[in-house]
Amino acid sequence: MSTREIPIRDALQEAMSEEMRRDERVFLVGEEVGAYNGAYKCSRGMLDEFGSKRVIDAPIAENGFTGAGIGAAMMGLRPIVEFMTFNFSLVAIDQIINTAAKARLMSAGQLECPIVFRGAGGAAYQLGAQHANSFEHYYAYTPGLIVICPSTPYDMKGLLKSAIRNDNPVVFFESELTYSLKGPVPEEEYLIPIGKADIKRAGSDVTLLTWSKNVFLALQTAEKIQKEDGISVEVIDLRTLRPLDKETIFQSVAKTNRVVILQEMHQVASYGAYLGHLIASEMFDHLDAPVELISSLETPMPYSKALEELILPSEDKIRESVQRALQ
Amino acid sequence: MDQELITDLFRQMLRIRRFEEEAARLYTERKIGGFLHLYIGQEAVAVGALSVLEKTDEVITAYRCHGHYLLRGGNARAGMSELLGKETGCAKGRGGSMHFYDVKNHFHGGWGIVGAQLPVAAGMALAKKYQGTKDVTLCFLGDGAVNIGSFHEGLSLAAVWKLPVIYIIENNQYAMGTPLEKTAPTEDLSIRAMGYPMASDIADGHDVFDVRAKVHTAVRRAREQSLPTLLEVKTYRYRGHSMADPGKYRTKEMLEKEKEKDPIKALGAKLDSLRLNQLREQIEQEIEEEIRDAVEFAEQAPFPAPETVMDYIYAE
Repeated sequence: MSTREIPIRDALQEAMSEEMRRDERVFLVGEEVGAYNGAYKCSRGMLDEFGSKRVIDAPIAENGFTGAGIGAAMMGLRPIVEFMTFNFSLVAIDQIINTAAKARLMSAGQLECPIVFRGAGGAAYQLGAQHANSFEHYYAYTPGLIVICPSTPYDMKGLLKSAIRNDNPVVFFESELTYSLKGPVPEEEYLIPIGKADIKRAGSDVTLLTWSKNVFLALQTAEKIQKEDGISVEVIDLRTLRPLDKETIFQSVAKTNRVVILQEMHQVASYGAYLGHLIASEMFDHLDAPVELISSLETPMPYSKALEELILPSEDKIRESVQRALQ
Repeated sequence: MDQELITDLFRQMLRIRRFEEEAARLYTERKIGGFLHLYIGQEAVAVGALSVLEKTDEVITAYRCHGHYLLRGGNARAGMSELLGKETGCAKGRGGSMHFYDVKNHFHGGWGIVGAQLPVAAGMALAKKYQGTKDVTLCFLGDGAVNIGSFHEGLSLAAVWKLPVIYIIENNQYAMGTPLEKTAPTEDLSIRAMGYPMASDIADGHDVFDVRAKVHTAVRRAREQSLPTLLEVKTYRYRGHSMADPGKYRTKEMLEKEKEKDPIKALGAKLDSLRLNQLREQIEQEIEEEIRDAVEFAEQAPFPAPETVMDYIYAE
């Protein structure tokens, strides 16, 4: 397989374009996806290639175009709905949770809703409180949805292609901070199965569970800890929050007996809290220490850099948690 | 006027009413749970509107959905079973009164969040256009839906994307228990079409032929020009918002006065005036039999089996 280094925005564009070439039913709708090439340039060139029938610029009306995507999915199309950022999905969350996620159950399988909702989630640099939400768990909480939070360009492309081919509503989180991040992506077509975690760094002393862009923070910190403290951290990229790959997590915990969970959301009622419960209840006999959970502080995100840094997870916080887990 | 048409419209309206009168009885016997929103009084709206559709046109509505379901080919046994939460229901007991579906007959529910079906209908119309068909989408909503954001977002998309969709406001004068004058500073809701803009019209919901004619015009506009319409149909419901609502926000006299305009009585009288009394009675008997059979079938049908509790959540 020949590979090349491409940024995440191109990996996403390739995934969408390949699937649109493969399947006439796939189309892209969202704000600025057409002539503007996407607010973060993830749909560069797509309007030119596919035309305005299949790359549809929408007014700023998230409930509207999300609901329209769902209606089109129910009629047999396979829409990709782009949110400029997931912060704006909150005005469409009713359509995602009450319409898309429940159509199949409420109709006893008569309605299918094959649709992907994708866009940037989480904090970036100094976006202020309303543009820095991390709430993957709002969607991961909802039966009927699939929730994917990849990190690398390779995973982004392979998982987005699988998401587009999936017959369920899929919520797909990207990150503003990593759209330019480059990584190896094969020239040839490939898919990554939904619901499989990936061990991004093998280790033996402690299991570090994370997803999305925090995978990079975890890997970077793990290297330092190895070098400076001689501690071997296994970094698992969950990649999919619903369905969760329990097997990969439990195998790692059985090996290391110590767990640190790293998330960007707040701790109260969060996904990490669920993971902690799951591990504590199902892997209790394997644990040598309480499960550590690193989260953002319980405050809306202020603007100032000085404060933002205090609130978000950091190398120091990971290091402290790893050390506590090893005590 | 075409006798066959009059007879057919009468039959369809009466069928819905008798289905729901029996549903109301079963609700008071506690055989039906949750909410039960009855369409009684409004039958001419769905009957008139759906009578001009082709079989492959799409229909979607809110939670007052029994009538639309029955008209779109929905089976009375499956409908009654759904109300009783049985496996034989039109959504196998998963939907309930608010969520009837018959997708193979192009009836797409049955939705419980006020106004949310408007953008969905826009997407349905977009898909049918995308697929190269001439099919139109009919989306019903109540007057209570005209102030929520999704109403405006749905209409806005339909207009800017030139979608073959007809939005039909069933203006029964009350958003649950709140009269229209308290929620909208206008008597005619159809004027809201102006801002998007799109064509609009007003129909008399007590006159099934007027509804039919106005919807026919809108359907032609959608089918031939791929343009949306906002159609307001003035109607009235005789029962409360749901079975839980005693309707104290209106007087008995007001209600009785409205009932004088009952479209079913009017059409029955028309049949009699055409000396079709015998045919009318025959229709009434046939409907009695169908509804009695549906109730009996639903009561005897099995509940969903425990091992199916996790079915229909995800596609494989």
